[in-house]
Order: sequence, then C-alpha cells, then structure tokens
Amino acid sequence: MSIVIEQLNYVYMSGGPYETKALSDINLTIGDGEFIGLIGHTGSGKSTLVQHLNGLLMPSSGRILVDGLDLADKATDRRAVRRRVGLVFQYPENQLFEETVEKDIAFGPKNLGLDENEIARRVKDAMRRVALDYDELHERSVFELSGGQMRRVAIAGVLAMEPQVLVLDEPCAGLDPRGREEILSLIRNLHKEAGTTIVMVSHSMDDVASLAERVIVMNHGEVVMDGAPRDVFSCGEELRGMGLDVPQAVMLAQKLREKGYDIPEGLYRTEEIMAEIMKIAGKEAQHA
Amino acid sequence: MQNKQDENRIIASSLTYTYPEAAKNAVDGVTMRVKKGEFLAILGHNGSGKSTLAKLFNALYVPSAGTVWVCGLDTRDDDLVFDIRQHAGMVFQNPDNQIVATVVEEDVAFGLENNGVEPKEIRVRIDEALKAVNMTKYAKKAPHMLSGGQKQRVAIAGVLAMKPDVIILDESTAMLDPSGRQEVMNTVHRLNKEEGISVVIITHYMAEAATADYVIVMDGGKIAMSGTPREVFTQVQRVRELGLDVPPMTDLAYMLRKNGVNVRADVLTVDEMVEEVCRLSSSN
Ligand SMILES: Nc1ncnc2c1ncn2[C@@H]1O[C@H](COP(=O)(O)OP(=O)(O)OP(=O)(O)O)[C@@H](O)[C@H]1O
Ligand SMILES: Nc1ncnc2c1ncn2[C@@H]1O[C@H](COP(=O)(O)OP(=O)(O)OP(=O)(O)O)[C@@H](O)[C@H]1O
Ligand SMILES: [Mg+2]
Ligand SMILES: [Mg+2]
Repeated sequence: MSIVIEQLNYVYMSGGPYETKALSDINLTIGDGEFIGLIGHTGSGKSTLVQHLNGLLMPSSGRILVDGLDLADKATDRRAVRRRVGLVFQYPENQLFEETVEKDIAFGPKNLGLDENEIARRVKDAMRRVALDYDELHERSVFELSGGQMRRVAIAGVLAMEPQVLVLDEPCAGLDPRGREEILSLIRNLHKEAGTTIVMVSHSMDDVASLAERVIVMNHGEVVMDGAPRDVFSCGEELRGMGLDVPQAVMLAQKLREKGYDIPEGLYRTEEIMAEIMKIAGKEAQHA
Repeated sequence: MQNKQDENRIIASSLTYTYPEAAKNAVDGVTMRVKKGEFLAILGHNGSGKSTLAKLFNALYVPSAGTVWVCGLDTRDDDLVFDIRQHAGMVFQNPDNQIVATVVEEDVAFGLENNGVEPKEIRVRIDEALKAVNMTKYAKKAPHMLSGGQKQRVAIAGVLAMKPDVIILDESTAMLDPSGRQEVMNTVHRLNKEEGISVVIITHYMAEAATADYVIVMDGGKIAMSGTPREVFTQVQRVRELGLDVPPMTDLAYMLRKNGVNVRADVLTVDEMVEEVCRLSSSN
C-alpha cells in the first residue's frame, strides 16, 4: 500500500491577519514497507504534513492518495483510511482520556465495530508489543502512570487498530534513555516483523540514523532533501544551515578525515565508524 | 552552616517530599549542594524525582522533611518565598506554561513589575536580558507567533531579568531542534562563565550533561550516583542499570575497549575521540 502526495499546499488561518503558509508544493511517494525519518527545524511543517496522511487535515490545494483512494473525495470512506494509517501525535499522552488503560487502548478497535473477543485480543497484543504488563496495568487509571508508560499506552491504542502505515510524531521526546531505546526497538520490530510502513518525525539525528532507510528533510514548509541516510547526512553544512545537525558518528568521521585519516565518505552509523577505528588501530572486529 | 552559605547557592539536607496520599517519597532524603558558579546536571529515569527536587529548590513545594536553603534562605519560611524566587529562577519544559503577556518585552518585564523595580531600571534589564538570549529583534512581537525555540529563549530572558544567582532548567531543551538546543546551552554556559550564575540543568540528553561541572543521578527519589561527568559516565554498566545511557562517544570508547582497542574509557566528546585515535595511530 502506498501513499502519494501531489502538489500539497496547506495554509493555517487562511485569509486572516495571521495567515501562515505551512506547506508548499509537497510531492512525495511513500512506498509499501518503507522506513522514513522526517526531520526539519521547529516550525518547518512536519506535524502539519503528517496530519494529512490520515485525513486529519485536508489540503488547501493538491491531493493525497492512500492506496489509490483520494482523501478529499467525498465518496472515500475516511474510516477505512484511518484504519490503515495510524498516527501517534506529538505528546500523545495529552490525548489519553478513558478511565482505564484497557478502555483507552480498546477505544479505536471498538470504533471499528469489532466484536468483544477480537477487541480483547488486540488490546492484549498491543500491550505486549509496547511492553506494558496486562495483569498489572489494565485496570490502572491512565493518569497514575509515569510519562514513559503514558506514551506507551498512546502508542498501543494506535497499534490496536493494526495499521499498515504507522506515523509517529516525535515518539521519544521527554522519554528517558531506556524508555527511548524500548520505543525505538518496538518500532524497529514492527517494521521488520510485521512489515509495517513507518514514518517517524524526530529531532534526534542519532535516532534517525540508527533506524531510517530514507530521510526526508523539511525547511520552511518545503521538502528540500530526500534520500538515503548516508547521502543526506553527508551534507553537514546544509543541514546545520537549516537548524539541524548530523549524528555524532558523522561528525567524528569528518574530523578524522580532516586529520588525514582515510575514512570512506558516507559513513553514518556508530558501528561503521568503529570498524574504521579498529582498522586504524590494527585490529579486526571480533563482533561488529 | 552560616559561613558555608557564601560558597553555596543551594544546600539540601535530608530533603524529602511526599505527594499527598502517595505511598512513596518522590524525593527521599537528598543531601547535596549547588556551589557558587557551578554548572550542575541532574539525570535520572522518568519518575525518579528530578522535577520534584527542582520545585523544592524554587519553593514551589515545601519539604515534607529535611531542609533546603537557597542563598541562605530556608524555603519553609513563607515570608521568604518571594525572595527565594528572586535568587533561584526556574525555566520549565513547556514555555507555554510560563509565558503570560501578549508582547515579548512585557513578558520579560512581568516579574520585575511585580517586584516594584523602578521603570527606568526595568527598561535596562529588559534590553539586557533580550540581548543575552539574542531576541532583541522580537521585543515587540506576540509570543504565540514565535517558534518553540524562540519562546523558550523568551522564558529564559524573563528569568535572567530577575538577575538570579541560580537558574534551574527543567528539560527546557526537550522540544527544540538541534540548533535551538545548542543555542540554549550556549546561552546558559555563557551566563555561567561570564556572570558567575550557577546553573542546574535537568536533562535526558547525555551529551548535554557531559558539559556540566558535576552530575547527579537520581533513582527512586535518592541520589544514586554523583561526580564529574567523567567519573559518572565511565561507569557505563551502572549508568545503564539506572535506566540511563552514556554520551555517544563514551559508548563508542566502551565498545572499542571491549574489542581490545586501548582508547581511554573516559572519552566524552567527538574532539576527545579524535585525540585518542591520533594517539593510537602514532603509537602503532
Ligand atoms: N494550529 C495552528 N495555527 C496556526 N499556525 C500553526 C498551527 N500549527 C502550526 N502552525 C504554524 O505552521 C508552521 C508549521 O508548524 P508545524 O507544527 O507543522 O511544525 P513542526 O515542523 O512540526 O515543528 P516542531 O518541530 O516544533 O514540532 C509553523 O510556522 C507554525 O507556527
Ligand atoms: N502531582 C503529583 N501527584 C502525585 N504524584 C506525583 C505528582 N507528580 C509526580 N508524582 C510522582 O512523583 C515521582 C517523581 O516524579 P517527578 O515528576 O519528580 O519525576 P521526574 O524525575 O521529573 O520524571 P520525568 O523524567 O518523567 O520528568 C513519580 O513517581 C511521579 O509519579
Ligand atoms: Mg511538530
Ligand atoms: Mg520531570
């Protein structure tokens, strides 16, 4: 299932004194099973763009086709689209509202009109995937959870819809390093094992480098770069000029090159640069 | 205690806080200090008690047991709360919760007006504070039209205008893009160096913590580790047990050592790693 975005423009508060053009002429195709990292400075339009992917925002002009269905077409069943494209918001815990963890996660599947047994199965399965203990937590109020637990409940609620495309807007902001690592490996597994298409918005260049297969860069409402991580992250100057940065591994490779070491261009993962340093030190990697 | 107050901005002694009806103490017997001119980082997993501790420093909460002195003032004394907030300024994670006025410079002036500072002096302080955070251009703008990083800088300016002795930043860079984060860090480092303001940062970014003079790691409301960033982060396994991580370059050094490459274990930054690689290859 693919998502095609054609000539998308979006304007907030159109016609008013505070009119803001948030997206300009976006053209993108998101293929089945891709893992996309979406980066860009604050206010560059990332959240606005991803809210178009499941029809939460409607284009000011242009169109979005999800599996061939035009979201703006009145005849298109929006519910069918939301079932396929799951969106986890920036700060999703603000959207938890049901009194218990179980009810909150069951909300989406219930709306799909599934039967009780199927709903129960999906809730348990989603909780297992995000490493929330069902027996311990299903009756707990969502407001008595830690920040990391709330984030997981929010993600589980979207997973329980079993979407084919999972869009996550800053899924790790505010999480501690262990929580972050857990959420990232959960996303990695969904992609690897279930073949879910992933679009992940992030301000962490290191997280994007460690997961994404394709990186899209936004700047003032436009897509300005789109390519493999090794190509995008080799443009350190441009990225910094847009308020972004490169992963620390790329910075290290660059500085070693400046010192005269022969480090191949395009390295961006810590393991890759580690292998190069091992060569310099005259060692073979035992397990890299 | 008296003569120690001169060198210490904050002293906490067996400091404890329990939320109403909570089964456990959120802060549990913490004894520590923030020295004059010190740059301190507080780390810890979600729910370990960092924000509660910061709110005790700022007299937003009164200790359930133990004591905290801010520039010699006991936060249990109701009459001192106002003075304490002059001495210890706090910037929260979400600037939207902190910005009150509809024009940037009015927002910066807010605390000063409430304080009865002379209008002429207020003008001087607004200009200085906005200059310090590079926001002079935006003085007349409406805060809600600013980006997240710009709002965060306005919130910092509001705290600076009060001329505090200590600035406390509770995950104030969490929502920023890499350069916004770098700008905020540069600003507080400069204020720390040039004006001698003590800084306490609470963060989940290990690379930010690595720039501090001293690091405290919280766990279950208690201090689980403390020391210079080098002392703390070289204990890679212990740090991970506490739900944290080490800076990326420290992690790389750790993996290299595991593979028999003899780099220093206490590498924190990219530049230090470059030095180590140069040292290795020249001794080869
Ligand atoms: N509800 C809104 N009303 C008016 N303008 C908005 C609204 N939401 C966003 N904007 C504006 O649209 C632009 C794009 O915002 P968007 O939230 O998409 O950025 P972003 O890339 O997600 O930023 P961040 O990294 O800070 O989350 C910004 O200029 C922003 O100020
Ligand atoms: N208003 C409150 N009422 C009751 N308990 C609370 C309240 N705020 C925090 N707690 C609890 O106190 C403990 C410490 O919370 P605190 O907010 O200080 O953690 P933190 O280290 O700042 O975490 P984070 O990294 O998620 O911000 C946690 O167990 C939390 O659930
Ligand atoms: Mg956003
Ligand atoms: Mg906190």
